[in-house]
Amino acid sequence: MNYFPDEVLEHVFDFITSHKDRNSVSLVCKSWYKIERYSRQRVFIGNCYSISPERLIARFPGLKSLTLKGKPHFADFNLVPHDWGGFVYPWIEALAKSRIGLEELRLKRMVVSDESLELLSKSFVNFKSLVLVSCEGFTTDGLAAIAANCRFLRELDLQENEVDDHRGHWLSCFPESCTSLISLNFACLRGEVNLGALERLVSRSPNLKSLRLNRAVPLDTLQKLLMRAPQLVDLGIGSYVHDPFSEAYNKLKIAIQRCKSIRSLSGFLEVAPHCMSAIYPICGNLTFLNLSYAPGLHGNKLMKLIQHCRKLQRLWILDCIGDKGLGVVALTCKELQELRVFPSDPFEAGNAAVTEEGLVLVSAGCTKLNSLLYFCQQMTNAALITVAKNCPNFIRFRLCILDPIKPDPVTNQPLDEGFGAIVQSCKGLKRLSLSGLLTDQVFLYIGMYAEQLEMLSIAFAADSDKGMLYVLNGCKKLRKLEIRDCPFGDSALLEDVGKYETMRSLWMSSCEVTLGGCKSVAEKMPTLNVEIIDESEQMEFNLDDKQKVDKMYLYRTLVGHRKDAPEYVWIL
Amino acid sequence: MPPLQLSPINSSKPSYIPIPILIITLSILCLLQQNLFLLYFSPFSSKHQTQKAWLQQTAKKRKQLEKEAMGVGLKMTMKGGGGDHVGGCDKEKMGFEETELRLGLPGGGGGGGDGEVVRKRGFSETVDLKLNLSSKQDTSGIDPNDEKVKGLHQEKNLLLSAIDPAKPPAKAQVVGWPPVRSFRKNMLATTTQKSSSEESGEKAALVKVSMDGAPYLRKVDLRMYTSYHQLSDALAKMFSSFTIGNCGSQGMKDFMNESKLMDLLNGSDYVPTYEDKDGDWMLVGDVPWEMFVESCKRLRIMKGTEAIGLAPKAVEKCKKRS
Repeated sequence: MNYFPDEVLEHVFDFITSHKDRNSVSLVCKSWYKIERYSRQRVFIGNCYSISPERLIARFPGLKSLTLKGKPHFADFNLVPHDWGGFVYPWIEALAKSRIGLEELRLKRMVVSDESLELLSKSFVNFKSLVLVSCEGFTTDGLAAIAANCRFLRELDLQENEVDDHRGHWLSCFPESCTSLISLNFACLRGEVNLGALERLVSRSPNLKSLRLNRAVPLDTLQKLLMRAPQLVDLGIGSYVHDPFSEAYNKLKIAIQRCKSIRSLSGFLEVAPHCMSAIYPICGNLTFLNLSYAPGLHGNKLMKLIQHCRKLQRLWILDCIGDKGLGVVALTCKELQELRVFPSDPFEAGNAAVTEEGLVLVSAGCTKLNSLLYFCQQMTNAALITVAKNCPNFIRFRLCILDPIKPDPVTNQPLDEGFGAIVQSCKGLKRLSLSGLLTDQVFLYIGMYAEQLEMLSIAFAADSDKGMLYVLNGCKKLRKLEIRDCPFGDSALLEDVGKYETMRSLWMSSCEVTLGGCKSVAEKMPTLNVEIIDESEQMEFNLDDKQKVDKMYLYRTLVGHRKDAPEYVWIL
Repeated sequence: MPPLQLSPINSSKPSYIPIPILIITLSILCLLQQNLFLLYFSPFSSKHQTQKAWLQQTAKKRKQLEKEAMGVGLKMTMKGGGGDHVGGCDKEKMGFEETELRLGLPGGGGGGGDGEVVRKRGFSETVDLKLNLSSKQDTSGIDPNDEKVKGLHQEKNLLLSAIDPAKPPAKAQVVGWPPVRSFRKNMLATTTQKSSSEESGEKAALVKVSMDGAPYLRKVDLRMYTSYHQLSDALAKMFSSFTIGNCGSQGMKDFMNESKLMDLLNGSDYVPTYEDKDGDWMLVGDVPWEMFVESCKRLRIMKGTEAIGLAPKAVEKCKKRS
């Protein structure tokens, strides 16, 4: 059904940018597949082991932007050993050998070495944008290579990476001719930076819109940078400690007032709380405020700051804001869509300052709320039911009660009914994380109501295999399921192995699945990689099928077993 | 039934119970006692319907495991004697197997292999077992089955904050909980370390307060108050014939209004001043409260007329503005 010449179809496809839509387009017919494939510029690969770089290059020769994700989500919480995998070097090597003109690379939870950064910087003339989120394995030497060799670099965005900081000169490696920077984020670096080089770089980057500094950038430098870049839209402040009666502070006040375009503010990695008044002039325009790394800011000072932020859409804070502070948020931030409340002291569960009250207040005041990450001391069914009524638009709902099997403190019941209300009311829910005391009942609700659910995280929950079965049978759109410390065994795992091919991945750790069960899945489904991660070398001594498996990670793949697995990973 | 005499019926030899038999008898008796002991405390399998019931159960199990660990020690020392006997000991043997110590998952020992889904350890038991294993490794390590290896494996994974002297051992931790990225944990740890070292001087800030014309001085603890207003109230109570004037919300005096300032300084009102770390005499209220507390060495409440010299710049500023 090709009524139009290819060029016309290509032009039409240019307007289709979402990956899912593009994937659908390519399935219509052979000619559409061909046209789509040649015109595709942006590719998203959610699991780097599901496909190989060679096949990617073969199918999409026009590739310009690649997004790759490596380790499973639970790697963030130390459940996956560091050298499990997710190496980006083979991808960069393969792309470098081909004729692909890569311009953008976005990586999440991958191992990035200095060699790969260097190869990247030298292989692609038009390389423009590097975004690394939660990656590791590189040092500032790799960054120096990127700075020195990528002549048209627009974006260098490092978010929450573990970087070995050699306190280098990497900022000075940006050549004088580099004037194209739009976004520079090095907040995660721990070492000193060359302040003079930073100032000069900012001076010669007229298009700079986003600048996030690290802790080593002091206030007077910040003031100078702001004077040179009043067009900033996104600012991350490094150190904010000063004497409120110094010259520097006065200058800063003036500089900040000139920055009328700032919509997003973060950082405050070191903060003097009594000097926040300089920030007030820009608060009124903020849509994103991230104070989740500023434990020094709390109480009245914090509340005063928030009271100025009437247009806030996304707020990331620490739980030292307290229920009272959340009340202030509810009154002030009527446009709020996303709220993340992180624990200020992850180890001392007893001192968490937010409870179900704060959440209820926010849900009542901010009706546009659709995304939540909430670490709290306790939660009640009544509160969750109220929240479900107030905010039926949740897309992401992640609740973490710091004591993982805590029941409703008022009724001593499990939290089944509360979460049940959430899934029933929020018909668009795509991501859910559970915690607290939970039985099989909550999974029955999830299976029944959570029709759009794509990602589910479960820990220390359920009584029997039924829980997992309810979810696998009910949630048709499930893509990622991650489970730890639940009593799900082989009968749940083996009930419907075909389901796992419709999902990206399944993670089960400290559950009841046995080696025999995992082998069975691997036998029946050759398109899945079933990995057993076992660092204690228990497997070498005892290959009994009845043995419980500590960590299992299975994912669909088109390229079979990976070759870079370390010794303690068994791929069945 | 012949008495327990295994000696040949030969009247010439004296009848005695041979020593090996005696030892065997004694060891059987000991083992019987042992079995009763274990029978009473042995692990049992049951189907747990709810997580909560499971948790109560596991509380008992923890205690049992401790006792069993002791029992293992006793059993092993007796095994040498008990294994020799023959014949009429089948009963003991069978009973022995039933009650045989297993440091396995509760329910796994009795019902292993029948396909029953065994309830997974709850969170608190996971934590407690790990703690027990780490402390009782010598007694529980005898049993050479999977559990030992698993225990060691879990030990490796355990974040032993209970052993870390810097943190109070209030709660042991399990790997990966709460689910916070290690990057975030490290960042916050560095930040709080720095700030706590800065705030370490949380001692009482006692300063002398003198008032012109008063016969004696007083002392106040500045850390008892959180604002200039509170301090002024306290001082007013102490020196009842004096007023401190009007302090703004942040303790900033309104020096913009020249006439107001002049009134304050010319009137018979008293004005509070303080000597700071550098030895200079300053007007109270200029700096934020926290800074004032840090830098104030002593307080002096002087007459308005005498205090004019302290704020000449402020007066000039007003003159410039107006």
